[in-house]
Amino acid sequence: MMQEGLDDGPDFLSEEDRGPRAVNVDLEMDATLQVDISDALSERDKVKFTVHTKSTLPNFKQNEFSVVRQHEEFIWLHDSFVENEDYAGYIIPPAPPRPDFDASREKLQKLGEGEGSMTKEEFTKMKQELEAEYLAIFKKTVAMHEVFLCRVAAHPVLRKDLNFHVFLEYNQDLSVRGKNKKEKLEDFFKNVVKSADGVLVAGVKDVDDFFEHEKTFLLEYHNRVKDSSAKCDRMIRSHKNAADDMNRIASSLYTLGTQDSTDLCKFFLKVSELFEKTRKIEARVAADEDLKLADLLKYYLRESQAAKDLLYRRSRSLVDYENANKALDKARAKNRDVMQAENNQQLCCHKFEKISESAKQELIDFKTRRVAAFRKNLVELAELELKHAKGNLQLLQSCLGVLKGNT
Amino acid sequence: MASSSERSPPPFPDTEDQDVLDSEEVGGRDSDEDDGEELFMSASNTPLTKQDTPTSPDSQASDLMEDLSVGPPSSQTEKSAASSFPEEFVDLTNNLDAESRVAAEISSPEPSDEFFDILGSETQKVEVEASVKADSGAPQRKASSRPEKGLFGEPDEDLFGEPLGAMSKKTTENEGKSSTAKAAGPTFSKPTDPADIFTEEAATTVPRTSNTVNSKANGVHSEEDLFTEATVELSLDSPRSSRKNEDTSKPSASSSSSSLSAPARQAKPPPAALEELEDEEEAELEDKFDVLVSVKDPEKVGDGMNAYMAYKVSTETTLPMFRNKLFTVRRRFSDFLGLYEKLSEKHGPNGLIVPPPPEKSILGMTKVKVGKEDSSSADFLERRRGALERYLQRVVNHPLLLQDPDVREFLEKDELPRAVSTQTLSGAGFLKMINKATDAVSKMTIKMNESDAWFEEKLQEVESADQHFRKLHALVESLVVHRKELSLNTANFAKSAAMLGSAEDNTALSRALSQLAEVEDKIEQLHQDQAAYDTFSFAELIADYIRLLGAVRGSFDHRIKAWQRWQDAQAMLQKKRETEAKLLWANKPDKLQQAKDEIVEWEARVTQFERDFERVSATVRKEVLRFEKQRTKNFKRQITKYLELLLQSQQQLIKYWEAFLPEAKAIA
Repeated sequence: MMQEGLDDGPDFLSEEDRGPRAVNVDLEMDATLQVDISDALSERDKVKFTVHTKSTLPNFKQNEFSVVRQHEEFIWLHDSFVENEDYAGYIIPPAPPRPDFDASREKLQKLGEGEGSMTKEEFTKMKQELEAEYLAIFKKTVAMHEVFLCRVAAHPVLRKDLNFHVFLEYNQDLSVRGKNKKEKLEDFFKNVVKSADGVLVAGVKDVDDFFEHEKTFLLEYHNRVKDSSAKCDRMIRSHKNAADDMNRIASSLYTLGTQDSTDLCKFFLKVSELFEKTRKIEARVAADEDLKLADLLKYYLRESQAAKDLLYRRSRSLVDYENANKALDKARAKNRDVMQAENNQQLCCHKFEKISESAKQELIDFKTRRVAAFRKNLVELAELELKHAKGNLQLLQSCLGVLKGNT
Repeated sequence: MASSSERSPPPFPDTEDQDVLDSEEVGGRDSDEDDGEELFMSASNTPLTKQDTPTSPDSQASDLMEDLSVGPPSSQTEKSAASSFPEEFVDLTNNLDAESRVAAEISSPEPSDEFFDILGSETQKVEVEASVKADSGAPQRKASSRPEKGLFGEPDEDLFGEPLGAMSKKTTENEGKSSTAKAAGPTFSKPTDPADIFTEEAATTVPRTSNTVNSKANGVHSEEDLFTEATVELSLDSPRSSRKNEDTSKPSASSSSSSLSAPARQAKPPPAALEELEDEEEAELEDKFDVLVSVKDPEKVGDGMNAYMAYKVSTETTLPMFRNKLFTVRRRFSDFLGLYEKLSEKHGPNGLIVPPPPEKSILGMTKVKVGKEDSSSADFLERRRGALERYLQRVVNHPLLLQDPDVREFLEKDELPRAVSTQTLSGAGFLKMINKATDAVSKMTIKMNESDAWFEEKLQEVESADQHFRKLHALVESLVVHRKELSLNTANFAKSAAMLGSAEDNTALSRALSQLAEVEDKIEQLHQDQAAYDTFSFAELIADYIRLLGAVRGSFDHRIKAWQRWQDAQAMLQKKRETEAKLLWANKPDKLQQAKDEIVEWEARVTQFERDFERVSATVRKEVLRFEKQRTKNFKRQITKYLELLLQSQQQLIKYWEAFLPEAKAIA
């Protein structure tokens, strides 16, 4: 009787469905190449994404086609970008995070074990909730993967990458395998070296004020966004916990209502109903905050990392260039291998200049994108918060009306 | 909460038999008018028969007058006065009869009720008169004839009287038959006699109409018996009369409908609208206490482990039984416990539900004692303060407990002897523990074949409610914990967002982010407030009821104990009889006489215990009904309040986000 509009499980998800698409990055979609994930299938611990492409580019045999891809293939694509020297001057779109359903699955399992200890209503309620949670995570995962592809597709250079085209078009398994232990170890060492190097390189004073500024900004920004993201996550988690409590309070009140013999029972039932609905709203507030705020922060955490990596590559090549200069000076002094050193110096110089040039543009783009994305998400967040708060207000008002009418 | 309907009169085994209570249940409505009426009906059979065969009010009035004349021994003068005025009664009855018929549209009003109405109205008149003329000792004739005139002159005046009529009915509850006479008596009695009930009534009502008779009120003060009880009810009802004043027709309808007796009600139930009206009235009454107790300013006294908390207990009252209208004393926590000990010792065995105080909390108190000024100890103190306040308020709301000298002493006396037995580690505490253990054992061993399904059902209900309340309490507490966590995390995020804002190099975005941080900061405050609401309006309410349900169970236990006493006595009597038989057989006349005496003695005891049991049962029943009603009201009020608070925070939330939205849109 009250707030029928709020009682909508499917809407809850459809909204989420609508939300994440191009939420985190603001991309001008180009009609020549459009990529989206039209479908996804969860099989055991694997998620299969159906990547759907619409393109007028001549490289593709057809205008429209779909392939099935797994998370590992996305990672492979990302790594191939990172490893490609030609792309050293670009911010490589951050790879989507691994689908993580473990927590949700575990909960579901626990629920199954504890089935005997709760009432049937409680069980169904909990189950529905967990299923909804699972679905939400699933959709989020899909969205993250999609965003990655969209970013690549929108990138003026990366969209022309051969690997990307293969990824989109080749309709069989790419047979990429996950990294084995040795490779993982190598990766680990590489990372250690890189971060140590990064510290060294970061100490080098940049000649360019723009990059110097960007460097300090990104370093700080990355840390802040990391912090915010973690705090935001925690906030949302406690919000969800509170919502869960409300759920349990609602069912407890419900039992009280059914057991009570006095005229308080109706009252209990009403309040239980209210709690149930408030719970839904609170859960949605938490979900929307998760979507609009936490995901945004998380994405920019990764994106700022990517930008930092770009700066690292630039600084690295700067250091290389300086070293090459020194080597050339040395070679000239000794008059030995001058040609080779000169070539090397030339190469480094060229590389550095190329990186600097594209990096500047990339960083400016990054900023524009970031501001646009934040704007969009913050506006949407505020709107959703308002919507929920108003819904909650209305709920409370009508409930109070009913309760007061009864007394 | 403190509506007059909640106040049950003291147990009178003679007047309250099972039938009364059953009919109460059958009636389904427990308004006190009902109570009073039913009790009255069963107490004196004359009105009942009259209802079956409606006769002219004339004969009823005189009938009743006859009743009256056998009534109180103290009303010798009244008798003659009463018999000399039957016509007046007839007239009045007729007149009022007609009036209320018009007003209430009740097809066949109960003449006897009308009779009371008249009495009430007349009493009112006389009281007003009396307040003016008390000192001069006005002649009775004058006093009684003046109101009559007034009544005819202003027919609307009878509305004033109705509540008083209800009051006199309540007196009937207490006094059975004789009170009928008392209710009538006042009309003719000399108002200056302090021993007279009427004067007491007058004394309590009169201050409301005129403040000149305060000295008389003090005369009542020392008295502590059923009459004063009536006094309390009387004055508690008086707000009602004043309200009736404002709204003339409706209340008269409802009150005359409510004065219908139960059998009549079953025959032709009054329109539902009337009942609703009554309910509304009750709801209005909820908030009106004549004794308002507040517990404030917890203050640490002393240092170290000997420190204790003292609270300021302020009482605001209009009751004449207190010396002042407003007084304040300082009490320490153990005094509260001591009061409870005294009350439960005195009234518990009678089946009264004595409201329990909050438990001792060694952990919480130690924290306070150690002097940690953190939020948890402040929280603890606030919780305890609230619980103590509600506890005291419950005590004074109980009509019987309010009469207890200890309660009055607690509220009024400056210095109170230290309650020693409440200490956990004292000898008394140890004894108490042993007592509790034996109680628990006997509870397990005593098997009562419950003859009364009502009690069985209620006990089960209470137990399941207790269980559910405990569960709910745990859940609400966990909600509080999570809300606090949320508040903390929101605060952290707000800080972090502010930092992010300062790191951001786009001016508009930076501004928006710091705005977001501000919004989150405010939201944090909201969450914190909400956690406080959860605690104080919701969790504490439930905690109170867990305690109260324990008290309810305690009263059930006392009933079982009374039953056990009765059974034991019966067994004893049986034994004595056997001994007598043996002695008879053995032909020992010397011991026979002794045995016979013993049998007589034990027979008396059995009757006594049986009566005790019945009395306790009746009281428990009444107390449980009262408890349930109060619980319903209390819950409704508290939760409505709680929801209103939530509503407010949602409104705040909307305000905050609305302020933020343009900021977000301004990002470019």
